[in-house]
Amino acid sequence: MNSGKKITLWIGLTLVALLFVLMAVSLFYVPYGANEMNIAGRLQAPGAAHWLGTDNFGRDILSRIMEGTQTAFSVGFFSVCIGLAGGFLLGAAAGYLGRWADELLMRAVDALMAFPGILLALILVTIFKPSLGQTIIAIGILFIPSFARVIRGGFLQTKEADFVKAARGMGAGHAALIFRHIVPHILSSVIVTASLCFSAAILVEAALSYLGLGVQPPDPSWGRMLNESQAYMSKAPWYALAPGLFITLTVLGFNLLGDGIRDLRDRRA
Amino acid sequence: MRKSFKLYPSAAKLLAVLFAATAFLSACGGNNANNNGAASPSGSNSPSAPASESASASGESASPSSGAATDSAGGKDGGQVVVVIPQDIDYLDPHLAVAAGTSEVLFNIFEGLLKPNSKGELQPAIAESYEISPDGLTYTFKLRDGVKFHNGNPVTSADVKYSYDRLAGKDTGKPLLSSFASVDTIETPDDKTVVIKLKENNTSFLTALTSAVIPKDYQDSNKKPIGTGPFKFKEYAAGQKIVLEKNPDYYVKGLPHLDQVEFRIITDAEAAYLAFKSGEIDLYPRIGTEKLAELGDEFGQQSGPQNLVQELVLNNAKKPFDDIRVRQAINYAIDKDEIIQGVALGQGLKVGSHLSSVLKQYYQEGLEDLYKTDVEKAKSLLAEAGYKDGLNITISVPSVYPFHVNTAQVIAQQLEKAGIKAKIESVEWAVWLDRIYKGRDYESTIIAFDGKLNPYDILNKFLSDAPNDFFNYKNPEYDKTLKSALTEVDETKRADLYKKAQTILAQDAAAVFIQDIYASVAYKKNLAGYQLYPIYVQDLSTLYWEK
Repeated sequence: MNSGKKITLWIGLTLVALLFVLMAVSLFYVPYGANEMNIAGRLQAPGAAHWLGTDNFGRDILSRIMEGTQTAFSVGFFSVCIGLAGGFLLGAAAGYLGRWADELLMRAVDALMAFPGILLALILVTIFKPSLGQTIIAIGILFIPSFARVIRGGFLQTKEADFVKAARGMGAGHAALIFRHIVPHILSSVIVTASLCFSAAILVEAALSYLGLGVQPPDPSWGRMLNESQAYMSKAPWYALAPGLFITLTVLGFNLLGDGIRDLRDRRA
Repeated sequence: MRKSFKLYPSAAKLLAVLFAATAFLSACGGNNANNNGAASPSGSNSPSAPASESASASGESASPSSGAATDSAGGKDGGQVVVVIPQDIDYLDPHLAVAAGTSEVLFNIFEGLLKPNSKGELQPAIAESYEISPDGLTYTFKLRDGVKFHNGNPVTSADVKYSYDRLAGKDTGKPLLSSFASVDTIETPDDKTVVIKLKENNTSFLTALTSAVIPKDYQDSNKKPIGTGPFKFKEYAAGQKIVLEKNPDYYVKGLPHLDQVEFRIITDAEAAYLAFKSGEIDLYPRIGTEKLAELGDEFGQQSGPQNLVQELVLNNAKKPFDDIRVRQAINYAIDKDEIIQGVALGQGLKVGSHLSSVLKQYYQEGLEDLYKTDVEKAKSLLAEAGYKDGLNITISVPSVYPFHVNTAQVIAQQLEKAGIKAKIESVEWAVWLDRIYKGRDYESTIIAFDGKLNPYDILNKFLSDAPNDFFNYKNPEYDKTLKSALTEVDETKRADLYKKAQTILAQDAAAVFIQDIYASVAYKKNLAGYQLYPIYVQDLSTLYWEK
């Protein structure tokens, strides 16, 4: 049982690590320029020169996938940051203050949560002009409820724990209570949420870009590549396969990682 | 998608959600059939109804193997054809319909006094002959004998007067078609003669007379249209299909060949393509070059210039495009041939001004290479204009047209070589129409302009006072040239004026005139007689099944 759960963690970790390496490499080296067109060599099948083939403008798909990891990871990272910051403010306030503040904030969070996520993202991106920055903000806002709930739950649990009561009895201030005593205890569940939101962010970015509302051409994004590849499905199936595969692997990796960390924590507890 | 924000307990669930997400993605995606967009303001975004698979289940509609049941008479006659169209029609009433996608259907039901042929020349239709007075103000038409409406009544001059009065807005005061605004009176000295008097000379008026003639005082045009064309209306199911049947009384002997045609509405390009490949559909107009190349020899196909000019439109009133040197620099930086190869797969014809060479008589040759690609020249022009360290521009493209989005990508890459950084902003079609076309709030955009039969109706977009001059182009000399072309009665002089107008546009670098995008059509191998038109119509009267 235990070893089985550990495997989840290891697979997740390996996948995520590999993708990180790919992204790190792409910062310094890609086989061809990601936006470099070569009309004569369009829609080439995977081969020695182009490992994943070329797209309808003769751009190297591998290079675009590699640069796409930067897009995916920056969307994942920054939107989780926004979600975490917003979620912490709301969740901590609700959980720590309790009573009416809790009621008020959590109902607001419920309302946000009840709204279909992709629709909210679409509205936000439509209001602002579509671009990478707006996409990140929109997705970040989407994540606030998830974080707020987890953090509030953690606060409610630990607030009444003996060691917190003891610390309060010894005259610790609010800031000390929150950051020195409560936060370390809820950290692991926040990390799990962050990991899962990371993969969700990549998926939403792909969906938005697929709909033409996320990353704007010609900058590479997996979702947009999927969108563009669709017209060549029967002629060049590898074009759609590459971004599809990478989205799947990334989401899978982060989810397995999140599950693994949670299992680890559960066992310890 | 909602689910993906929650936390998954297991990898299995995650996979399920991933699949769901993929399904969601593919469901929302291939919405746009057309890959070369025409800028008829009301053009493409008719509310899309789900493509109906049930259409073929209803009794009388075409069976997949329509070809087999053909030809009992042994000639070309008989059989039926299913044509796929990407959007529903807006009106059945030919006088109210504005969408290009509708007029291509109604072309088979209605005719005017005149009718264009596949070369774009005007031919007498309901009229047999006509005369224009030397001052260009009086048009006298003699009606053809034996032309009957689909309800069996013969066409008289009263029907013509009723129809064109209706278009001129004689009752309401508001013309339904702007070309009829110059009509003063329409007289009917006898049953077979129509005399139209104009308030002012207008050489483009003849093309307006291709407008449909309907029976006098007929009020049900929008439910059960009655015309004089080769096919008569049979049935319309909103969002699904329009079925027409043969008009046995058609005045052109031997036409049409087919007993019945069905326009089937399939909004999703992939679905339409699959239906075509599976044989459910016989004729696929505007299939797109990419798919055409994929089809191979099992299908018949045609492609050719269609009078649809694609342009990188520059807002002449907005910085930096208010400077002619910047506009010229962009013209020099862009390689049209590469766009034609890369985006249209060679299925496009380079143009140099706002007119397609389809209109041979009026086309000014030699402008295509006025700005031969020259990156160095582009750079020095930019430096002259004060943009030595490069320039940032935004290209807004309507996201519904992948063809234009792809063009934007190629252009962005070409401009970069000249030190111009182009940001691509994709906009919704509704936003495009509202903000860019009507509001003129943009830097540059890519669109294609669907052609008309008359050069004036094409070139008038650039007149300073034109309501649709979203180029914000203003040049008094151009206005003077084009307006005098409109009133010039002499054929040669008129053509010269139109040519001069094109030259002015090109020299002013009013836009980057890229290409006439080929129309491409595919059909079953044994379907013969298809004719490409230089305007947005499908003429089904000449189609027949080969044995």
